[in-house]
Amino acid sequence: MTAVPFSTGEADPYRRGQGPGHGQGHGHAVGRGDGGPAPKRVVVGYGFWIFLLSDIVMFSAFFASYAVLAGQTAGGPSGHDLFDQRNAAVETACLLASSFTCGMASLACEVKNRLWFYAAMAVTCGLGLAFLGLEANEFVSFIVRGAGPTRSAFLSAFFTLVGCHGLHVSAGILWLLTMMAQVFAKGFRADIERRILCFALFWHALDIIWVALFTVVYLLGAAA
Amino acid sequence: MFGKLSWEAIPLDQPIPLITSAIVAAMIVGVIGWIAIKGHFPYLWREWITSVDHKRIGIMYTLLAFVMLLRGFADAIMMRTQQALAFQSNGYLTPEHYDQVFSAHGTVMIFFVAMPFMIGLMNIVVPLQLGVRDVAFPTLNSVSFWLTATGALLVNISLGIGEFARTGWLPYPPLSELAYSPGVGVDYYCWALEISGVGTLMSGINLVTTVLKLRAPGMTYLRMPIFCWTTLAANLLIVAAFPILTATLAMLLLDRYLGFHFFTNEAGGNVMMFMNLIWAWGHPEVYILVLPAFGIFSEVVSTFSGKPIFGYRSMVAATMAICILSFTVWLHHFFTMGAGPDVNAVFGIASMLIAIPTGVKIFNWLFTMYGGRVRYATPMMWSIGFMITFVLGGMTGVLLTVPPADFILHNSLFLVAHFHNVIIGGVLFGGFAGYNYWFPKAFGFRLHEGIGQAAFWCWIVGFYVAFMPLYVLGALGMTRRLQHYDVPAWHPWTIVAACGAALILTGIVLQAVQLWTSIRDRAALRDETGDPWDGRSLEWAIASPPPAFNFAILPDVTGEDAYWTMKQRARSESVGEPHYEAIEMPRNTPTGFICAFFATIMGFALVWHIWWLVIAGGVGAYATFVVFAWRDVDEYCIPAEEVARIDRLNRAARGELVGEPSAAS
Repeated sequence: MTAVPFSTGEADPYRRGQGPGHGQGHGHAVGRGDGGPAPKRVVVGYGFWIFLLSDIVMFSAFFASYAVLAGQTAGGPSGHDLFDQRNAAVETACLLASSFTCGMASLACEVKNRLWFYAAMAVTCGLGLAFLGLEANEFVSFIVRGAGPTRSAFLSAFFTLVGCHGLHVSAGILWLLTMMAQVFAKGFRADIERRILCFALFWHALDIIWVALFTVVYLLGAAA
Repeated sequence: MFGKLSWEAIPLDQPIPLITSAIVAAMIVGVIGWIAIKGHFPYLWREWITSVDHKRIGIMYTLLAFVMLLRGFADAIMMRTQQALAFQSNGYLTPEHYDQVFSAHGTVMIFFVAMPFMIGLMNIVVPLQLGVRDVAFPTLNSVSFWLTATGALLVNISLGIGEFARTGWLPYPPLSELAYSPGVGVDYYCWALEISGVGTLMSGINLVTTVLKLRAPGMTYLRMPIFCWTTLAANLLIVAAFPILTATLAMLLLDRYLGFHFFTNEAGGNVMMFMNLIWAWGHPEVYILVLPAFGIFSEVVSTFSGKPIFGYRSMVAATMAICILSFTVWLHHFFTMGAGPDVNAVFGIASMLIAIPTGVKIFNWLFTMYGGRVRYATPMMWSIGFMITFVLGGMTGVLLTVPPADFILHNSLFLVAHFHNVIIGGVLFGGFAGYNYWFPKAFGFRLHEGIGQAAFWCWIVGFYVAFMPLYVLGALGMTRRLQHYDVPAWHPWTIVAACGAALILTGIVLQAVQLWTSIRDRAALRDETGDPWDGRSLEWAIASPPPAFNFAILPDVTGEDAYWTMKQRARSESVGEPHYEAIEMPRNTPTGFICAFFATIMGFALVWHIWWLVIAGGVGAYATFVVFAWRDVDEYCIPAEEVARIDRLNRAARGELVGEPSAAS
């Protein structure tokens, strides 16, 4: 990994590329035009952020369709009849706690402590699986009660929005296990550390989406 | 075992698709056989299929666009001849087949001609203009290309196995729902676009990151060539719009496969939600296509007028204004939805607003030419043809943004004429300008000038002959997508339009001849200096074709028109040889190709409900990524002596160009 050259002078303390040497190729602001291409870690993290933004745009389409269809129950059950807020609260707790442990895994990766890394990732994985179990349980209980996704447009939108988040969590767990295996086989190599960085960003982004989902689906739905 | 797939999927009763697909299959087998006999496979595999070099990937994107242009144009010829013949008769295409033809024409032309053409040119040129050695994520770039190719392959497989959608290029429900389209056509459409959409999204992320994070020292935002700016804007739009397409098609697929009710008529589904979602992607999409073309025209007009682009900052501002405004106008695609006069007025005015930054650009190009020494080379001819044609298409567009006019003209051939006017006149002409302009950079020899000019004249005259009648027909009340008609007043105009299509065909044939002749005479057309047009931006500072690492030493940028400045300085002062260092470049990998192989299998299996094969394809794609992630050496080293040897040749050629006594010493 290339180290980011650090500016010590007063001229450009925030490395915004505005300091002396501007345009002469002697500045320090990598990636900002003055200092040449950014180091790999910055490029990878930045690109992954852009991907996450696109993923959030995709979710926004599902959120929009849910908002349009939320009232279209076609004579079937509504959110008020179905949603169990306690279940959703436990799911939320699992996911938020897993974000904390995922942060611990990132710290362990930074100090290159394998034991702590495995432990934190394993707990993250367990909490993720618990979340998925609760969600699957909820889905099955709805379907058993005749409130499956084919019942009404509202339920189609609900299963798609929540299920899409669940699919992301599942993919995240597959990724998590792959990263554990990779650290086991190869150790904390620079490229593997970059992947762990991306995984952590992904996992935290799922939390952000869940917070919106919890609010729009479960809180507003149960109140209506 | 094979889901819905059986021998009945082969259209034995329809001679046209059957014979066509047989000929295409024979050609593919022939080409593969020729490659195998000549022993070119190891070379192709090593240097192209597994390549992660942005220039090679860009060339493959452009090649895909040209091949698909032939397919899309064959559909166009069929439609124009059908409408010329089908006056008070049934013509030669059955309604079922005709519906597939116009659906495939639109799908192929937008997704597999215009998109790969633009992405290909951006891939080849943008890293060179930024003065860097590759895009941000070279392997991902290869994955993107091969997934796009997968989508194109699936659309074309539907010709011989099963059928294609009969819904138009956007599958509007309820027609596209299972109840009204029970066949596999819509499924082919959806899976092809889901898979190629992932590729497009990845390439959008890649190019945004490249422009924002990888630039040569001193290349600040306001020193980037306009093409880099329009690339940034177009790819920001890809990142913000393509996920909506993915989500919308996913909803349609859930409706079709699992009985969901997003867009159905019953159980509370909402058909108009599909229109809103698809056009929230679809309107930015047209700017994704045309913004890079605007960038190409900016480069070409500036180079061939021998002047810096007029109003550089206003050009940048106009580009970014279009980027944002493009998200605020989607409702003008369905003013007749019934949203009421207030909503329609807002979207009508927002649509008219886009004409302002576009007008700024047109004036900037005109003022760049004003007072310049204009050279009328082929790329410049396409640019001037574009300016005239696009202004016309833009004005009919502004007419359509007036809701009362739109109520009368929507879904008529007037609309068809309008969007062909801007897409052919804007995107395709831009692509051809860029193709003629950057071809010497990509391959090291120029395209034949005379045949290029002839192709241009056939295209532009053909365009006017083919599409001006459609404006008339629209005003006469002819709706789009008619398989046959009984109105005598329409018939002469459809015949004229068919003649126009024949002229365009001549243009395409001439382009093929141009390519063939230029390859044959490449020794005479060789670009020795790397700067055949007296260019202004950094891609002309290196040899043609560029070495794998592009720049031996990353250039030091001190202003706009970076290479022009360097040339001027080289005339006055002697620059000593730089200190060369070894360069590390990413290793080639078959990951993209193998992933796309599994994606093709998965897409095909999903269309035909062959579930075990879907799972096999998914596992294969995941395994490919794991194998890629497990490799230990991902870069190779080009030693400093090799870099120095290659760069000395370039510096010697260039020293003669600028009249410097000895640049190499």
